[in-house]
Amino acid sequence: MKHLISTLDLNRADLEQLLDLADKFAGVLRRPIPKVPALRGKTVVMAFFEDSTRTRTSFDLAARRLSADVVNFSVSQSATKKGESLRDTVETISAMGIDAVVVRHSSSGAPRQIAQWTDASVINAGDGWHQHPTQALLDAYTIRKRFSALDGLNIAICGDINHSRVARSNVDVFTKLGANVTLVGPKTLMPPDTSDWPVELASDLDEIVRDLDVVYLLRIQQERLSSGLFPTVREYRSRWGLTTERAGMVSPDALIMHPGPMNRGVEIDPEVADDPRSVILDQVAAGVPIRMAVLFQVLGPGQFDPVTEDNGQVHSGTRSKSTPTSDGERLAATNQLEEVS
Amino acid sequence: MAERERRRTPPYGGVFVARSEVLDQAAVRRAVRRMAHEIVEANEGLVDVMLVGLQTGGVPFAEAIAEALEEIEGVSVPIGKLDVAFYRDDINLRPVLPEADTEISADVTRKIVVLVDDVLFTGRTIRAALDAIMDQGRPRSIQLAVMVDRGHRELPIRPDYVGKNLPTSRTESVNATVERVELGEVTR
Repeated sequence: MKHLISTLDLNRADLEQLLDLADKFAGVLRRPIPKVPALRGKTVVMAFFEDSTRTRTSFDLAARRLSADVVNFSVSQSATKKGESLRDTVETISAMGIDAVVVRHSSSGAPRQIAQWTDASVINAGDGWHQHPTQALLDAYTIRKRFSALDGLNIAICGDINHSRVARSNVDVFTKLGANVTLVGPKTLMPPDTSDWPVELASDLDEIVRDLDVVYLLRIQQERLSSGLFPTVREYRSRWGLTTERAGMVSPDALIMHPGPMNRGVEIDPEVADDPRSVILDQVAAGVPIRMAVLFQVLGPGQFDPVTEDNGQVHSGTRSKSTPTSDGERLAATNQLEEVS
Repeated sequence: MAERERRRTPPYGGVFVARSEVLDQAAVRRAVRRMAHEIVEANEGLVDVMLVGLQTGGVPFAEAIAEALEEIEGVSVPIGKLDVAFYRDDINLRPVLPEADTEISADVTRKIVVLVDDVLFTGRTIRAALDAIMDQGRPRSIQLAVMVDRGHRELPIRPDYVGKNLPTSRTESVNATVERVELGEVTR
């Protein structure tokens, strides 16, 4: 795996491999020294062109737990403010010799574009309305932790679906892992065409709330409130918010999830956020091992180069591209070395 | 971990073909018992001794040695498992095995940790294991028990307890389980 740009590039086996790997890293994080030298010598740049606290902190911590060097780059102190183009910024960072860049950008597709301008691995930490792959992975991880698998679970994602990258990546990951996903929200905040989405639609949370294993609430963004697409806060809360009353109809075994930051009293009532079924803090906690798994997969064994052996012996992990590739050539190289030793 | 993983892992991925059986089950059992005796001799009363099997090949040997120690001394020593995947110097070349978990329930600080592996070859796995153990705490000492020492060390590492010294060429491969020890080749 060279990049992680969209969950659409991953199949079920890839997803499960990442979740299994995250399980291992969760074990590392429980040790007295919660750090391994796996990515020693690798440099990871955090390029956040849009504000973020938890995603950035979580990626930063994940990289450090793997012993990578981390460089932070934020727009407020960068040349972007002075009018430098995205391409020039990326090429500049890239020229400093880095191994991976974690990108958050307000434009959909920016990470894929960036991947064409750099040799480094690109990890999407959220782009516009498009994708937020590590959020979907950590949500799947949190659900799998409770239910052991997602197969057959009924999951509702509720809120502003259209403007949500979390919804897009979560729908993809949840359904690939076998869950039934229903989207709920005001018509004005639904995507114009969901015919090719593998989901059911519901207009009211009350219709489906009793049968759910997971209630996933999206954040209502402040800027939507005045956009005309949005009803009043009071109306939103009464029809689509997880109120205390509505939470009473949710199964006692169900999970209540939210990607944060929450607007208590809008999409979720304050008491519901602290309900024993709420796993909102577990989601945050899952962020570090999941991002360790992604960084490790992108910078670690994924760069397998089969010809660094002599006589069945592994030496350094050089990544030269000009090494012999066919079995015959490799055999010849092996024989030569045998003669020397 | 060494041999078994090597066989399953590209560029090593292939089928192990045994050419000769070096030890049969009874001989393996005798060797394990002898190593257990040596461990008792070196560590009187087995006070503070714990065994740590390296994933995946070393784990059954750690269990076999613990069993023998129990018979000999009547002492049940703690056993742990250690996966060194994230500590390797050749990390880019090997996949991480999901089933190989690290499980060391007792605190290693001030303990005598006996690392147990199936085959000692270059010493790189043990180098990684030393780092991994040090990250778990500060043991009083670390000792090394291996079923087979096949030579070709690339690091200044030597075992304290050896089941069988087996001279090999680099192209050969060794399969060591609690049932038998075989010498052969891996065919692609």
